[in-house]
Amino acid sequence: MRNIWTICRKELGSYFVSPIAYVFMGLFAVISGYFFWRWVAIFIAEGIELQMRGESFPLNINEQVIRPLVSNVSVIGLFLIPMITMRLFAEEKRSGTIELLATSPVRDLEVILGKWLAAMILYAGTLVLTALNYAWVFRYGNPDWKPLAVAYLGLLLQAGALLALGTFLSTLTRNQIIAGVLTFGVCLLLWVFDWGSYESSSWERVLAYLSVLTHFESFAKGLLSLRDAVFYLAAIFLGLFLTARSLESLRWRS
Amino acid sequence: MITVRELTKRYARNTAVDHISFEVGKGQIVGFLGPNGAGKTTTMRVLTCFLPPTSGGATVAGFDVLEAPLEVKRRIGYLPEAPPLYPEMRTAEYLAFVGKIKGLRGAELAKRTNYVLERCAVAEVKDKVLGKLSRGYRQRVALAQAIIHNPEVLVLDEPTAGLDPKQINETRDLIKSLAGDHTVILSTHILPEVEQTCEQVIIINKGKLVATDSVERLQNRARGAGSVLVEVAGRDGALDAAAVQRRLEQVSGVSKVFVRETRGNRSVFEVESQRDRAIRGDVARAIVESGWDLNELRTAAVSLEEVFLQLTSSDAAEAAAANPGARERRPVTSKA
Repeated sequence: MRNIWTICRKELGSYFVSPIAYVFMGLFAVISGYFFWRWVAIFIAEGIELQMRGESFPLNINEQVIRPLVSNVSVIGLFLIPMITMRLFAEEKRSGTIELLATSPVRDLEVILGKWLAAMILYAGTLVLTALNYAWVFRYGNPDWKPLAVAYLGLLLQAGALLALGTFLSTLTRNQIIAGVLTFGVCLLLWVFDWGSYESSSWERVLAYLSVLTHFESFAKGLLSLRDAVFYLAAIFLGLFLTARSLESLRWRS
Repeated sequence: MITVRELTKRYARNTAVDHISFEVGKGQIVGFLGPNGAGKTTTMRVLTCFLPPTSGGATVAGFDVLEAPLEVKRRIGYLPEAPPLYPEMRTAEYLAFVGKIKGLRGAELAKRTNYVLERCAVAEVKDKVLGKLSRGYRQRVALAQAIIHNPEVLVLDEPTAGLDPKQINETRDLIKSLAGDHTVILSTHILPEVEQTCEQVIIINKGKLVATDSVERLQNRARGAGSVLVEVAGRDGALDAAAVQRRLEQVSGVSKVFVRETRGNRSVFEVESQRDRAIRGDVARAIVESGWDLNELRTAAVSLEEVFLQLTSSDAAEAAAANPGARERRPVTSKA
């Protein structure tokens, strides 16, 4: 346990010493801020329109601002997550520090969990930044906080799955760029898989099931769906398991 | 302290280490010598549990590298060929991190960190970023991380590679001072390093064990087949070097005579003997009886380098077998 925390602290240190953490958090905040501004603008425009028509159809901030916004944030995560994971193992392999970790009395699993946890903490910290937007909504509106909390839990679970996959892909190469591009490609595939889900062939349904975003829909609505949570947890487990196998196979191959 | 039994490591296409066996006693400092690509690094990686052996095995401090890797890792300090430094970390911070993953905590960690900072003379850069340190400092920080948990066994892969002569001497002194408390095994392809720092030497070439002995004994072994340097002067004026050479070649037991240098009426000859023949008395008598002055007669100093060349260059070994006494000076064929 203590080893996991030691590795995690070291990784967090590396994130914040290099520009990665700042670029990641900055980009994330700017892009999610832009989406927030767009959705709020649309919401206000609709509100004015309804008032001018004299209708009193109630507008719902949760449905019209928060729900589309968290969906956008989950897509931003998809695009930016490779930035966090690409260096995790590729850099250790390139600089030879993997030899230090592998010859120290720490288990592979402790190293993997430490690194993954550091990536999770960075991502969670970034989500806190985007939460500043909602402070605004809560100040001037009266949304329900529970669906928002569920949506953020969903964002964390989804990121956990993608970060675990990214961690695995980072063990495959000593080149950060390749690890990043691979992770980006996989994230992109996992996104577009649900685009054909209107069709009903069994293959397309399987692909749609694999799409990380279809499982986020219920979270975005504020529904805590066990089925989707299990999907993400299974993906996290699979990613970390593959990482462990990959590290072990490195020893037998190299 | 270290036992290696029939260790073999095969990669996809080549065999890096081929049935090597040796033992290293407690507190010894052993040189692991061989040309590039001989299998030094692979052997060390097996000892440090970085790579599993294909067959055979090794134990460190009584623990098997395959069965109890965590116990082995606790007792071993390893300096890989490339210093395993995180360029963005600061020296003291890095050493504290390594200490933690090696199992040190609290007061013990602080004590050991300060100790290795002093011991490896890196205290003055403890707040500097590792990526900005000079090669010599980086190497010493890497050495500091290897000894931070006070391991019983130290495995150092080319600890002086890439350092300047002053740094090399400092590093060697540091390593020598570590022996006694620690069992040290260090690899190198630089021979003087072994002569100066090690008691024992293990020579490997192309994955095979060539020799394992004390440095002194290896030198003696080579001296037996060595040659004699003779300086001869003419008594009145010029010396006919060719005549001296012809005379020396007639001495029984002499296989070859070369003229090393000629200066005025003095010439230096290198006289090679057939294996195990004492020739110095006969050579001296032959010169004096022929009416020349014998200025100097000494054994040509045989460095470990020549032993090494003889042992590792298979061409030279064959030539020596075919023509005893003939000495080949051939560069070691190295494959990177």
